Formats: sequence, structure tokens, C-alpha cells
Amino acid sequence: MEDTIVAISTSLGVGAISIIRVSGKEAIPIVNKIFKGKDLNVVTTHTIHYGHIIDGLEIIDEVLVSIMRAPKTFTVEDVVEINAHGGIATTHRILELLLRTGCRPATPGEFTKRAFLNGRIDLIEAESIMDLISAKTETTRKMALSGVDGKVSALIHSLRHKIISLLANIEVNIDYPEYEDIAEMTVEELQKSMTSIELELKEILKNSKEGKMIKEGIKTSIIGRPNVGKSSILNRLLNEEKAIVTDIEGTTRDVVEGNIIIDGVMLNILDTAGIRQTENIVEQIGVKKSLELLEESELVLIVLNNNEILTEQDKQILEQAKNKNHIVIVNKKDLERKLDTRALEPDYIEVSALNDDGIDKIKNRIRELFHLEQFENRDMTYLTNARSIALVEKALDSLEEVKKGIEQNLPIDMVEIDLKNVWNILGEITGETYQDELIEQLFSQFCLGK
Amino acid sequence: MEYEVIVVGGGHAGCEASLVASRKGHKTILITGNIKNIADMPCNPSIGGSAKGIVVREIDALGGEMGKNADKGQLQMKMLNNKKGPAVQALRAQADKITYPKEMLETLKKENNLTIYEALVEDLIVEGVKIKGVILENGEQIFGQTVILTTGTYLKADILVGDTRHREGPHGERPSQHLSDNLKKLGFQMIRLKTGTPQRIDKKTIDFSKTKEEYGSEQKYTFSFDSKPNYNLEEQIPCHLIYTTPETHQIIRDNLSKSSMYGGLNDITGVGPRYCPSIEDKIVRFRDKERHQLFLEPESLYYDDIYIQGFSTSMPHDVQEKMVHSLPGLENAKILKYAYAIEYDAIYPTQLKLSLETKLIENLFTAGQINGTSGYEEAACQGLMAGINACLKLEEKEPLILKRNEAYIGVLIDDLVTKGVIDPYRLLTSRAEYRLLLRHDNADLRLREYGYQVGLINEQQYQKLQYKKQEIKNAIGYLKTNKLIPTKKTNQILESLNSSSLKDGITLYDLLKRPEIKIEHLKQFYELSFDQDVLEQVEIEIKYEGYIKKALHEAEKMIDLDRKKIPIDIDYSKIHNLASEAKQKLNEIRPNSIGQALRISGVNPADISLLMVYIKKEYHYDRG
Repeated sequence: MEDTIVAISTSLGVGAISIIRVSGKEAIPIVNKIFKGKDLNVVTTHTIHYGHIIDGLEIIDEVLVSIMRAPKTFTVEDVVEINAHGGIATTHRILELLLRTGCRPATPGEFTKRAFLNGRIDLIEAESIMDLISAKTETTRKMALSGVDGKVSALIHSLRHKIISLLANIEVNIDYPEYEDIAEMTVEELQKSMTSIELELKEILKNSKEGKMIKEGIKTSIIGRPNVGKSSILNRLLNEEKAIVTDIEGTTRDVVEGNIIIDGVMLNILDTAGIRQTENIVEQIGVKKSLELLEESELVLIVLNNNEILTEQDKQILEQAKNKNHIVIVNKKDLERKLDTRALEPDYIEVSALNDDGIDKIKNRIRELFHLEQFENRDMTYLTNARSIALVEKALDSLEEVKKGIEQNLPIDMVEIDLKNVWNILGEITGETYQDELIEQLFSQFCLGK
Repeated sequence: MEYEVIVVGGGHAGCEASLVASRKGHKTILITGNIKNIADMPCNPSIGGSAKGIVVREIDALGGEMGKNADKGQLQMKMLNNKKGPAVQALRAQADKITYPKEMLETLKKENNLTIYEALVEDLIVEGVKIKGVILENGEQIFGQTVILTTGTYLKADILVGDTRHREGPHGERPSQHLSDNLKKLGFQMIRLKTGTPQRIDKKTIDFSKTKEEYGSEQKYTFSFDSKPNYNLEEQIPCHLIYTTPETHQIIRDNLSKSSMYGGLNDITGVGPRYCPSIEDKIVRFRDKERHQLFLEPESLYYDDIYIQGFSTSMPHDVQEKMVHSLPGLENAKILKYAYAIEYDAIYPTQLKLSLETKLIENLFTAGQINGTSGYEEAACQGLMAGINACLKLEEKEPLILKRNEAYIGVLIDDLVTKGVIDPYRLLTSRAEYRLLLRHDNADLRLREYGYQVGLINEQQYQKLQYKKQEIKNAIGYLKTNKLIPTKKTNQILESLNSSSLKDGITLYDLLKRPEIKIEHLKQFYELSFDQDVLEQVEIEIKYEGYIKKALHEAEKMIDLDRKKIPIDIDYSKIHNLASEAKQKLNEIRPNSIGQALRISGVNPADISLLMVYIKKEYHYDRG
């Protein structure tokens, strides 16, 4: 835990203030290097300072910086929080500066992990609790309660509402079995509702995963046979941005080995072993290794040589890449076409790394793939913390069980167990309690009695 | 003269409590206002029902009397939800209102350690914070080491009809005038609740041809694990289904202001049950419903009253006449008893421990409607538990507290003392989180052991339980070891059962997992020489194994939280940033575990997290 970590701790979006959080021994001196204003090294702890983030002479953003010295901080380390003006580009620019100045990107949940390892908190969902403890107003308290942005919260709330009406209907059939005038919940009706709930959850999940990737960096691999020009393309991407930032040695379990930021999108390049040292090592990666890499990636850049025909290996990789975000790059377009491009998906990109031709198209495609425009311009409904995203996935799994139960013709009260579970899991995301709600619903929705 | 246990009230709670105490060898007195009304059923003529039927089985498993007593004289027996899964099935008996109390009284009279005494209790004898006895209406004092109050609806009871209010209990009985105020003086927070009951109609004046007959199940059942069915299926008495008419609704709307609850009386404070609304409530709240279902239920073989389930009201008598006559088949019906609403005092139940002992006064227990519940079964099971725990207290043993994953009784008591009540509390299957574990069929497997430990289940019953447990194991083992091989004959049978044919061998166990295969079907392949109740358990356990595992897993999580104890001396006001509602609720209820705290409404998971951090920090140990 020697190194100093950094992460954007707010969700991305227009208008919102973004907070970049730095934690570790060097947190204060590092931020001080890119801060124009008071000398942060000497200010007292738990104070806030106005100033600017600068890159050399250039002013990047007007900010407020909170200085919190160990041990009374979330991680029990020195912590600095930079409140910037938001926007993906600016926020990432500041992140990039910090990475260049000596921080490394935090792995997901690493702040919480440090807080835990430093004995700050129990094994409970650390982050929202600590936000809660430090919350000053009722509004922030409520925000911290859920750790979830209001809009998602409202959406999940409405899904839960849908589910609870279904549950109440099923329950009323059980508790008042002889009330013939209450419609029996049918399997068809249940199935229909399941499908619509599933769609909405999947949409949230997709947005959330993209949002999280944009925030934390997209695990990217560049795959191709030897001599197709993988390193040249990477170098072109890098040259334009002049920004390869860190080499992280064995600090994470991921194989992330370098980060580049392209137009505000951070790519965590997987397995860059020696990319800059020698062409040879990277070029020697075999098919098996390539497939492994591909499996771990969130974005795959497949590089093919315009001047060579497709091999079986290429085809295998192309096939495997289909269920991933991927871009097929046909390099060396300046050479004679031997590649059968009809065998490729039609949206491949032709470039010539040698002539620096077409590299822009790759960048634009990345922005498109991850809906960056939308994240910048529109309030997307998405969850930002890994825990919530995992819960949505769990809810979807449970929903799958509901559908399975229906298919197997199980009694509706069995199927309901999984449906209730979906409802509970979604409640965990928004931090709501339950059980009593169901009873309330039962009585307000149906006319019962003796 | 000193008793070890004094039970005040001879309703369903009081009977169970008295029986427990006397059977456990404690000198017991049951004080009731009218011996003739012991184990009376002043409202509906049935025992059991959804969730409640499971409670009756639980009472039986623990050694209580309700199930056995109900088996002695029922008019019909029905298994509810028999088309649904095993978790939600429950028995309901139409009970004879003459037979049930008569049999119960006889059972009580057989107890050597039990004295039955007719009197009204008006005050308690308390020394310091400990109960010492009770004071009767005439000033007589009766001393006892423990007191169980099971006063039902008799605390300051008022009968409401139209614009009239009379201080009396059901059947015109005299209520207790001062006990409620005296409890208040001792520091108890009292609440006022309300319930109601419909008219009774002379059977001879009903035209049953306009109704639909509703019979019991075509299979015989008993509540008790020890009874054998002693009735003929053909002799079951039917109930009859009818519906309200537009005319009924018009009469009610026209006369709404005459109902006690809608303006007839302007001093009503009691809160009525949501699950059991009056007919005027239903018509007001569910305006667009064109008709409401009503059941005509026989009360007894020995008299002619028919109970109109669903028609409870507090309208004046003349309006009731019109209402009743607007119903199909009841055009010329004669009302034998008018419907009424009843208001009564109850103790706000968060003032109780999970053992049903009051937090304020040591050795004072309360059970039944005085705790804010409704229903014979809810009352009986509390009486049983209060009886058990009063005895355990006398014996200086730990109380018996059933967990939410062990019994509906556990759910009920935990709900009462943790959440309090707004309206009279009725058990519903929806209140149980782990209802797949809390089935009517496995109540003995869940609870007999406890009954045996507290001394209410005898050696013979216990051996029977052990035998059943062993047989279940044997049967599962048998199904796991015996295989079917894909012969032509086997596949033919499978085909006839709409099940896909075999390609490889399969154990009977795996075959039973197929949704379309019932355990009965296996008899076509192998001999299954096990008792029916054993086969039933085995079938459920195998068929729903996945779901049961999930429920067990969930229950495990809850148990973990229940194991995390909250220090008794905790000062909630010192926990920074705890929401004020949570602070207030925690202070009021003073839960004994994190799990219980989490179930308090108004306490959020985040509040719980803060609480856990605080406990860890302040008390420097992990109570997990």
C-alpha cells in the first residue's frame, strides 16, 4: 500500500461536478505539483482550498481541493479530493495529469479495500457508510443511504413497484384462496411482466457497464498475427496523444499494464509487455494467449494485414471476438490487397499506420462503441459502483430462475420465491426495507375480509 | 393461598396457557368472567385457514390443545391451496361452536393442578417491578408467582351498533372496567382497537337454492399429529357462497352516515383490522367493485345460526334488516343476532419481550388479543408460548423463543414485539419470509423436539417423531440407491405418465425430480413400503430441494444477524448520524440483536450499518 492511488469518484455526465480522489503517502505533494493556489503541503488538515489545476502553464480547470491528512480519513491515509467542473474530457485530463505525476489508477473498490485493511471499518458496505458518517445534511444523508444516483433509484423503484404488485396478487391468492372474484395471477401474465422487467434491467446493466468502463478505463487488447503492425498502430495512437502513462508492476491482479487516454476515454491496455522495447516480444504472442487476452478484454482491436490472406487463426479470433466490443482494423492499406475483406464484418476500418492514415477513425469508433457522446450530452441511467452492478446481475440471474420455474410448470408460490428475491435484490440497490410494504400493498390493492 | 401461575381470561389463549402450566406440574388458576364462555368462539365458526391452519399444527407439535380439540367436532375439513405448492397449503375446519368449547372445558377439568375460578380481575398486585398476584372486582386478592393476562376484547369493551355504544363484551358479558387503566398506571402504553362480527341468520329462513354449495376436501385430514380422522366425508356440512347485490350496495351508501364508523358515533378511536373490513368499508374503499363475496357458514349441529362471513357491519338494526334481505336467498331471512363492532383496549406489544413477558413488570406475561392480535389461532399460540415461558421462568430456565425460520408462531411474536401493530394483527403467509420451511406438513419435524424438551410431548410421541425422522432418511436413501434402467416396459410406463423415456439408467431420486412424476408413480417400478406421511415429506424434500436450499440459505443469513447481539446498555442517542426516526424506534423497542433491529420498520439498512460500526467501536469486540 505504498503507492498513491487515484480515481474519479463521481458518475460521469454533463453539468455534474466531478470529484477526483487521491489517496496515499504522496497524495498531497502530487496534487500540489499540479495545483496553482496555496501550498497544499503546509495547509492544515480537513480544509478546502480554491485554485486551478495546471499542466505546465496551461490552466485545465478551476477547482476546490480538500486536504485530509491521515489518520482521520476514509482510507486512514492522506486523502485529497479535487472538485472539478465535470465533463468527461476535463476530468480525464486531470486524471491523466495525476497519473503522469506519480499516481496509479485505483482498482475497483480499492479505496474501500484500503479503508478496510487499515482497520477503519467493518466488513460492511464500507463506502456508503462512511459517506453517511461524514454527511452533513439530510439530503446528502439520503444520497449516501443508497449510494445510488436519484434517477437510477427512481427507475429501480418503479421496477420494484411493478414486482410488488405482482407479488401482492400472488400472495392474495394464497392468503385468500376462496375469493373467487380476485383474479388468479396467471403464468402468462407473469411471463409478460418478466420479459419487460428483464429488458429494463438489461438496459441499466448495459449502460452501467459502459459507464463504469468509461470511468475506470476500458480493458483493451490489441490482437493480430506477427508483423501486422500492432505496435505501430498503438504507437500512432500514443503519439497523437503523447500519453502513455504508467507501468504498473504486479500491483493488480489484472494484467493491465498501461493506460492511454484517447479523447477522454481511458484505455487500460492489457499485456503490453515490452511494446515499447522491442517489436519482437509482443509479436510473438500465440493464438492461445491471444484468445485468453480476448476473453479478459472489454474492447478488442484486431489487426489484420491487407497484404496477407486470412488464416484459420485469424478466423478463429474474429469469431471469438464477436461477442465483445471489437474493432477490426485492416492495416497496411497502402499495400496491395490480398486480404479477402468480404469475409469480414463490413464495418472494418482500413488504416495505414505507416502513413498515419485512418487512425482517427479508430478513435471515433471507440467513442461510438461506448456511447461517449451520450454520456457527455445526456443523463444516462446507470449505476456506478461495482456492488450495485453486481446486484443487477444477481437480480437478472434470479429473474432467469423465475422464468425457468414457469417453464417447468412449478406452483406459482415456488416461482414467487425467486421473484421475491429479485425484488429484495433491487431493494438492496436502493437501500429500501421491505416486507411491510408487501402487506400494505396487499391491503390497498385488494378488497378482502370476512 | 399462592399459585405458581395465574391465568386471567378463559379464551383460546387462556386455555392453552392454563393447560401448559398445569400439565407442567405448576399450581395454576384460571380466572374467567364466565365459565360458560370458556374457549368460546364469538366470531367465525372456523379454526385454521391460510397460515392459521399451519399455526394450529404448530401448537399441536409443541403439545398444545387447539388442534386436538378442533379434530373432535368439526363440520367440514378443507385443505386450502391444494392446487398450489406445499408451502402454502393449510387446513381449515368449520368448527362446531358447541362442541369446541365443551370439549375444551372437559379437557381443562381433567387437569389436577388447575383450578377454574369465576371472577373479574380489576387490578394487579405489583411489588417493585415484580408481579405478585391479582385483585378481583370484589377486592379479593389472589397471589401468584407469575401472571398471564389473556383478556381478549374484554378490556373496557364497548359494543357499537349504529349510534349506540354499550359497555359490554361479546354476548353481553360484563367487561373489565379498571384493569386497563391500572395497567396504564403501571406505565403501559395502551391502544384502542376495534373489530366486528356479522349477523347470524336462522337457517330455516334461507333459500339455499340461490346459493352455491362449498364442501370440504375429498380426503380426510386432522390438525393433530396424534389424532386419527373420525368423520365421514359424506357427512360433512357445506358452506354456501353468495354475492352482494347492487341493492345491497345502494342501501349501504344511502345509510352510510348511520354506521357507527361513518358518523353514527363521533367518539370512535379504535382502529379496525385491514384484513377484515366491515362491508361498509369495502363498499367505500372499493367503489368500482360490483359485488362482494359472502359465505354462509353453519355454526353448529345443535342450533340453527348461520354466520354471514364478509358482512360485518356497525349499521343500526333496521338498516341491517334491509341489508340482509337484499342478499340472494336471504330475502325472507330472520336475523337471530345482529352484527356489531366492538372497541377494546390492548397493550402496545413492543412493550413485550420475545418471551411475551412484559418489559416493565417481571413475571407478568400477556397473550392473545390484549397484545393486539386477532383470531383464535393467533391467540392460542401466544397463550401456549406465554404459558411455556412463564413456567420456564419459574423453573429458572431460558425462555423458548421460536425463530422466524422455525415457526409461524415465531414470525407472529417477532412481528408483534418488533414492529408493534396499527390494526389487529392477523397472520398471513406473506408475513413469513421462509414459508417454504414453515409448512403445515412438517410442523412436527420442526417443533416436536421443543415440545419434548419443555415437557409437553411425552415419550411415546417423541419416539414416534424419531421413527418418522429415521424413516424419511431411509426412504431418501432407498430412492437414491435404486435405479431404473431403460427397458421397454419402463419407458412405456413413463410415456403413460407424459414423461420422456430413458436412454440411460436413472435413480428413483432423480426421476422424482421431474415435475410430472409424483412419488405415487414410483410404486409402478419399485415397492415403497413407507408410511404416507413419510412419503409426503420425501416427495417435497426431493422435488423442491433447490428452493428449500435457497430458503435455508436465506434463513442462515437472518440467523447470523440474529446472533449479533446488541449490548443492553447501548445509548442510541450517542450514535452520530443515525436518522432520528431510527433512534426513536430503537430506543422504544430496544432490540436484542442486529437481526431484530433490522426488522423494525423505520430503521434502514444504513442505520443498521451505523449501529454495527458503533457497537464495534464502543464495545471493542465482535459479537458475531
